[in-house]
Amino acid sequence: MAVAKALSTREEVVKERVGLTSNYAAAYAVKTVDVDVIAAYPITPQTTIIEKLAEFVANGEIDAEYIPVESEHSALSAVVGAAATGARVFTATSAQGLEFMHEVLYIASGLRLPIVMAAPGRALSAPISIHGDYQDIMSARDSGWVIMIASSAQEVYDSIIMAYRIAEDNRVLLPVMVSYDGFLMSHTTEPVELYHEEYVRKFTPRNLNRPRLDPRKPMTIGVIASPDWYYEIKYQAINALKESKNVIKETHNEFNKAFGTNYDIVEKYMLDDADYVLITYGGASSGNAKEAARRARERGLRAGVLRLRLFRPFPTDEVVSAIKYSKVVAVVDRALSPGNTYEGPVFNDVVSALYNKGINKPVISVVHGISQRTMLSDDFYNLYKKLDEYAKTGEYPRKTIFIGLRGGEA
Amino acid sequence: MMKQLTWKDLPIGGTVVEPGNARRNLTGSWRTERPVIDQDACIRCRICWMYCPEPAILELKKPYATKAGKRYDLTYEIDYDHCKGCGICAHECPVKAIKMVPEVTG
Repeated sequence: MAVAKALSTREEVVKERVGLTSNYAAAYAVKTVDVDVIAAYPITPQTTIIEKLAEFVANGEIDAEYIPVESEHSALSAVVGAAATGARVFTATSAQGLEFMHEVLYIASGLRLPIVMAAPGRALSAPISIHGDYQDIMSARDSGWVIMIASSAQEVYDSIIMAYRIAEDNRVLLPVMVSYDGFLMSHTTEPVELYHEEYVRKFTPRNLNRPRLDPRKPMTIGVIASPDWYYEIKYQAINALKESKNVIKETHNEFNKAFGTNYDIVEKYMLDDADYVLITYGGASSGNAKEAARRARERGLRAGVLRLRLFRPFPTDEVVSAIKYSKVVAVVDRALSPGNTYEGPVFNDVVSALYNKGINKPVISVVHGISQRTMLSDDFYNLYKKLDEYAKTGEYPRKTIFIGLRGGEA
Repeated sequence: MMKQLTWKDLPIGGTVVEPGNARRNLTGSWRTERPVIDQDACIRCRICWMYCPEPAILELKKPYATKAGKRYDLTYEIDYDHCKGCGICAHECPVKAIKMVPEVTG
């Protein structure tokens, strides 16, 4: 995590090194940035975040209002209201809870409210599953939020700190979702370095500059827009999301400088000379994929991994330039886009990114790890071998490959 | 002609930063029929004033004497800038003192 050149500052900023789950890491980040209002409803696998936050509030460790609500719809509505007054807010959810928030997701981004939400990913019902994948996050994809996908508890902690800075930036003013693997990350303990409060507060200053609800200066937020204005207001928000990529990159750079980290909106592993690239997101997939790449390299395959850290806005330029010179690319999705030409949602993003740059190269759509079906690094290693076979024969599958599906594909 | 606003000119998130500006949103142009009050038939019961959803019925402190010699302190008039012509007042009027008249004739 810490790069050599910045180690001295890292020693300064790190207060302590503790064992935390990604959920607790999220709660600690919220504690350190000093929020005003937290509203959340417990749902697996998010529950432990808000339990921890409730504990912090009850113990007087955070000076925040904790609003106990009766549903996720209310949780996001409450933080929408609070954010409209200029308060710094936080909520968290997963799966069915995120679906229940769905209409309010659009309200948060449409009203340009700097809300930060942690969302450990989980499979959607039916059949009922509490286990991790990214279907819920993909369903929130088009709601106009900035979506980051972290791959370690440390990264969850760091990303939530960055999220406040990004969300409240004058050029962005959009809600930010920080996602990560349900259970595989949300409930497993890893070492996390927590920072001294003063450094975090210095990084996330309170200089929110937007109209806010104030009884002394009446105004209206959330008005009806007739057909002659809805389009323009919507365009304003999607343009802000598109433009936010630069702010996100800038924030990453400044965070790296301030905390001695090494984040980018995409993570490249052994990519420089890679023939075969796996594009992944989240914790488990990238960890095992990296291990598989290492093993494939030992056996003479030039393998590499590209991990998406930023999912929305999609880092088109960064993805394309990272895979431009590779022979074959496989996108490993942990979510489904049923009924599409290919069922992998991120696969479709990657292909459209390549098309945008006029690049036509073999890209394979792979689905794995649905509802936390175990993804072994062997699976990824075999995938590298398959990519090699495809490249040798020149025959590429024209449909999504479902790894580990019992009975095989129809 | 007024310069057309673009998406760049709108307040962020469609926020209305100026309170009370809905007063400038004149809805009278929506009307196809206008209510007309027969002041002699009107019994000043205030029902139209209560039911008007806009509200476009004005309650004015304006004395009025009917042809029959009855004197009232109040007069009800229509605010045609805001009346959308929904006809609720005419429907609710217990003495049928309000008529809906086509906005455009001929």
